[in-house]
Amino acid sequence: MKRALLAIVLLGIAIAGVMGWMATHQGYLPEKPKRAGAPNPTTQVISLGEYLARAGDCVACHTEPTGKPFAGGRAMATPFGAIYVPNITPDDETGIGRWTADDFYRMMHTGVSRDGSLLYPAMPFAQYTKVTRADCDAIFAYLQSIAPVKQKNKPHELRFPFNKRELLVGWRTLYFKEGEYQPDPAQTKEWNRGAYLVEGLGHCTMCHTAINLLGGTKESKEFEGGMIPNQNWYAPSLTSNREGGLGDWSIKDISDLLQVGISQRATVYGPMAEVTYNSLQYMTDEDTAAMAVYLKSLPKRDAEPPPTSSARLVQPAVMETGRNIYVKQCALCHGSEGKGHPPHHPPLAGNPSITMATPVNPIRIVLNGGYPPGTRKNPRPHGMPPYSHILNDDEVAAVVTYIRVAWENAGTPVAPRQVSELRTLLPE
Amino acid sequence: MNARHLALAVMGIGTSVPALAQDDALPRFIHVDTIEARVQGCVTCHGHQGQGTKDGYFPRIAGKPAGYLYNQLIAFRDGTRRYAPMNYLVAYLPDAYLKEMAEHFAKQRPAFAKKEAPPVTPALIERGKTLVTAGDGAKQLPACVACHGAGLTGMEPGVPGLVGLRPSYVAAQLTRWRVGERRAAEPDCMKRIATRLSESDVAAVAAYVATQDAPRDPSPESANFVRMPMACGSQR
Repeated sequence: MKRALLAIVLLGIAIAGVMGWMATHQGYLPEKPKRAGAPNPTTQVISLGEYLARAGDCVACHTEPTGKPFAGGRAMATPFGAIYVPNITPDDETGIGRWTADDFYRMMHTGVSRDGSLLYPAMPFAQYTKVTRADCDAIFAYLQSIAPVKQKNKPHELRFPFNKRELLVGWRTLYFKEGEYQPDPAQTKEWNRGAYLVEGLGHCTMCHTAINLLGGTKESKEFEGGMIPNQNWYAPSLTSNREGGLGDWSIKDISDLLQVGISQRATVYGPMAEVTYNSLQYMTDEDTAAMAVYLKSLPKRDAEPPPTSSARLVQPAVMETGRNIYVKQCALCHGSEGKGHPPHHPPLAGNPSITMATPVNPIRIVLNGGYPPGTRKNPRPHGMPPYSHILNDDEVAAVVTYIRVAWENAGTPVAPRQVSELRTLLPE
Repeated sequence: MNARHLALAVMGIGTSVPALAQDDALPRFIHVDTIEARVQGCVTCHGHQGQGTKDGYFPRIAGKPAGYLYNQLIAFRDGTRRYAPMNYLVAYLPDAYLKEMAEHFAKQRPAFAKKEAPPVTPALIERGKTLVTAGDGAKQLPACVACHGAGLTGMEPGVPGLVGLRPSYVAAQLTRWRVGERRAAEPDCMKRIATRLSESDVAAVAAYVATQDAPRDPSPESANFVRMPMACGSQR
């Protein structure tokens, strides 16, 4: 009798324990009755994964321009040769259909593929390593939920010695630090959320930090800006006030630039337009605001001293040519004083992307024009027309020089040779 | 003098005074929140109303069927029609906006630029005339006018007008089609036609089109499936 009682008591404790554990581990409890139409936990995880996959902009690289989403095959030009991005649809043979959540987390966290091979750092695992296990699992659940596409991966076309994956061991020693994002308890929840998104899934440092000859980025130079290899756009520094520095921007302007593509201060074009179009426009207001809070807090660091007054000297004739072109071609939208009519026509006076040390972006915009991305909050953007067929190298150099030094802008003059070099490139 | 006459008079001045013609390529709009202001990205090449500019290659887009213009914008965005400056400009624009742009330029009826006689032999123009108006039975080539309209103003919804296009543009497009660089929705009737053209046929058609007067009514003809000599994916 005693034994039976003990057994019942023990069973009771066990049941209570299991129930208590289940209560604290959502997903194991039988579903509570919900109002009709509420998504079940699986749907919620998949939806979260879809959101996070957008935050990571997976689709931009893992999809060919006219191909099926996530089926890979897109050639990524790198200074070391072409890398063909793999199929990440859940096809059993050619995609990640046979992967487990553990395989996926190891890949995201350590840059090691399911078969043990080391990934090339074109995959931003040095940033994705900061993504939490729960978020990786959600992305994996989403990728498993999309339609599988049978499409074989193409082998990379990398030059020797970069085709030797063993070399990646060395690269990883130099440039890879494994580890999930660790919140800074001294900062707000919002700041930490922003840092997590910017440093992790957003992989912003991939472009906004100079890339060296080995395709690595130095942590000490983080967010100091850099030329984007093979695209020939300059990703401005996010720390320097002279470049894209955000120190005196409002949170709303930073958030709008990221999410809407236009703001009172500047507009995104080129590779950043792609990021806004495919990724940032889908982020919640809270998340882009959190990213803005973090970006604004980055310490100010100017890699170089401001240009000397002699470096800023412009020949009067060049200034006059530039001013005449400006009045005729540019002033209608950007205003005679360069103040623009934001957000649709960005200001040029006090716009750091005009005056930054490298004049690549303003020259390219004058040559090729540009449309900001069509986003949910700005579906019908205003476009800037190309002038490559109207202005010659001297004229483009003169007008870009003019906007870099007029209205107390602290830029330096541009040489016609710099225009000529960029003119030979195909716009992209 | 009504508005139409005024427009024609201004056009007459415009074509004779280079400074004014050059101004076609300058940004110009009145209100920011209008489609006119939004398509300023197009005007330095295609002109304010899509009439084209003095600058050689860029085609007139005004009055072409909206379906055709929309198909081209989508193809430029997705890279299935390749021309780097266009691919770059429209890369991140959504379908609905491209449709709005297409409809805007399809509605425009600006005056035609003065035609320029191409420097080719009368025999080539004659060959062009035959191909455009009658086709070539021996080569199984239907007449261009069968689809592009008696006045070469195109046909709704997907066949472009040819009148007002410069020979360099027409020749370049036909050549791209011949070599498979340009294509349309299957069944791709232009591919079937272009691959039957010789190089001199291409030059002949391009030259003859350039000799045509501005049409009385520049509107595209309405869709007329019965008459089409070949099945075209763009007409569905």
